[in-house]
Amino acid sequence: MRLRVGRGILPWLFLTPLLVMILIAWVGPLILTVYLGFTDLSYRNFLAFIENFFTSKVHYTISNFQRILGLKDPKIAEVIRTTVIYVSGTLAINAFFSLLLSIAIAYFLRNEIASMILRVTWLLPRVTPGVIYALMWVWFVDPRYGMMNTLLSAVGVPKSWLPQSWILYTPYSRILMIMINGYVGASFGMIIYTAAIKSIPPDLINAALVDGASDFQVARRIIVPLLKWPMLFVTAWQTLSLLASYEYILMVWGGGRATSDAYGVASESGVLVWSLYSYGKAFAEKLYGYASALSMILVVIGLALIILYFKVFGFRRMMEPSKVEV
Amino acid sequence: MVRVRLENVSKYFGRVAAVIDLNIHVRDGEFVALLGPSGCGKTTTLLMIAGIYKPSRGRIFFDDEDVTDLPPKDRNVGMVFQSYALYPHMTVYDNIAFPLKLKKTPKSEIDRKVREVARLLQIEELLDRKPGQLSGGQQQRVALGRALAKEPDVLLLDEPLSNLDAKLRVYMRAELKKLQKELGVTTIYVTHDQVEAMTMADRIAVMNKGRLQQFDAPEVLYNRPANLFVAGFIGSPPMNFVEGSVVERNGEYFFEAGGFKVRLPAELGRIGAERGEVVLGVRPEDLEIYRRDGLGGVEASIYVVEPLGRDSIINVKVDGTVLKILAPAEIRVEPGQTVRIRFKPSRIHLFDKKTGRRLTYS
Repeated sequence: MRLRVGRGILPWLFLTPLLVMILIAWVGPLILTVYLGFTDLSYRNFLAFIENFFTSKVHYTISNFQRILGLKDPKIAEVIRTTVIYVSGTLAINAFFSLLLSIAIAYFLRNEIASMILRVTWLLPRVTPGVIYALMWVWFVDPRYGMMNTLLSAVGVPKSWLPQSWILYTPYSRILMIMINGYVGASFGMIIYTAAIKSIPPDLINAALVDGASDFQVARRIIVPLLKWPMLFVTAWQTLSLLASYEYILMVWGGGRATSDAYGVASESGVLVWSLYSYGKAFAEKLYGYASALSMILVVIGLALIILYFKVFGFRRMMEPSKVEV
Repeated sequence: MVRVRLENVSKYFGRVAAVIDLNIHVRDGEFVALLGPSGCGKTTTLLMIAGIYKPSRGRIFFDDEDVTDLPPKDRNVGMVFQSYALYPHMTVYDNIAFPLKLKKTPKSEIDRKVREVARLLQIEELLDRKPGQLSGGQQQRVALGRALAKEPDVLLLDEPLSNLDAKLRVYMRAELKKLQKELGVTTIYVTHDQVEAMTMADRIAVMNKGRLQQFDAPEVLYNRPANLFVAGFIGSPPMNFVEGSVVERNGEYFFEAGGFKVRLPAELGRIGAERGEVVLGVRPEDLEIYRRDGLGGVEASIYVVEPLGRDSIINVKVDGTVLKILAPAEIRVEPGQTVRIRFKPSRIHLFDKKTGRRLTYS
């Protein structure tokens, strides 16, 4: 007997496994985060809270948000400052420097082999296991055995400029934080941008050359304007993932155990970003309600930034269907 | 305006030879077509003249200046691409102004020139639009405008009409030719369409497999093709070819191929007889068809009739070979019918079978 399934049901049938996963791993935590954000859940009232889960016996409060938004938490101002530096600095590498890199690789560098080597070099950190990558950085910047200071001295940087420790002292620690994350993140933009550059019809670039453009003018007046859409995509994507990322900071600066020293020396070194702070609040200090509120605010900031980007890039204009038949 | 001279120009991509030993002299203000099938090297040649590709060997001159090593921006050429290659993020106005802006032309001057070109090409009302909002014909004119606005020394056109519909193409053919004569700009036009080349160009360079086959005025290409390739490529329907040999009988020369026997003019026959194996070529309009016996000629049977309205292409079979004959539509014949066909002796071409070259006797 043939099983009769209508066209209306069939797509949903195929989608179900993924939808279930999204529901459990994404929608569930989202609702839980919002819910917990308005409670005072912590290690102190954990068992009582579980018993009264989603009942009126739970103590609902907006004190978490008052603490954060009112800057009553003494660390918040510092965390905001660090996060702004972290996201904007790394974004400059991941979205902007990777654009320059891609134009260099995909347009200026005519040698396929050299271009390939460059591409692979920038992809290496992404294919290296995260823990190993972080460990390599720790060794690399070690003041006594590491190569960082040796290399910098070799290219003529005065000894007095080099820090006793790249990890402990600002602004070196912050530079390091941006370098570690930028080196991993640039490859993402590079892959998107180089693919986009390669898909520009060669006739367009030849036309510009015949019209009298230098290679630099071709890059600035033809290639970059045609990359608006990939630029928006990379910037938006990277902003969101940077806001939420803290793993390399945790691995390099964080403490070893999930106790109150989870932040390690991050705060003292000026690299305590919002998401790491939220992580510490939840899993080291076990202040779940407060951590949820922190996360929620981060999501709202992320969404606000995406809307801002769409405005800046003229999203609606970009969504107009193209009528060019190339 | 300049003369363009290519001397022994070759271009290799890896081991593939795209253009081999090309020699072409284009006169000042001349309209030259590069004609050939796809892959014959004509677009590569154009891109070398533009400066996009550097020749592997040979030199390119504009007047007496060697431009072989100059980048495109120092050559003052204007080019229209087959895809038009309009910049999608710029308006029509900015597209046309782009080469002028790069030359650092003053703003008022740019404005004047853009509007002048727009008036010339009747695209004034499109200046604020983006290329995506234009039809194919409009895009083509914008591309032409962009190439002309900078007042180039040489205008290069790469199959500019091939993306237009048939009616517009015929119209633009005449428009382009008129415009070129008015402006007097040296023009090199790449096409695979022999009708375009024949109707527009002062001279045509026929290329095949990277080599120049013949470079002459259209009527010379048509009436005295240099080899089998040119003979077969120019003209529609194409020339008929029959392989055979030339023999002498009692002071008269005949082309023979099986049951096929045609008397040749004495001088052509003598040269043909020296070669032995030859290919006879005759254009469809140089064959005549008779329904009655006794007028000489070759016996043939009607194979297929293709009516075209004003005239018909009558396919006849002579001893296994199909020949195409262009005949007035009034001649009514039926498939299977036996007729006689006659060759206009002065319009017979002979080619060397081995080299494919034309046998000449002047």
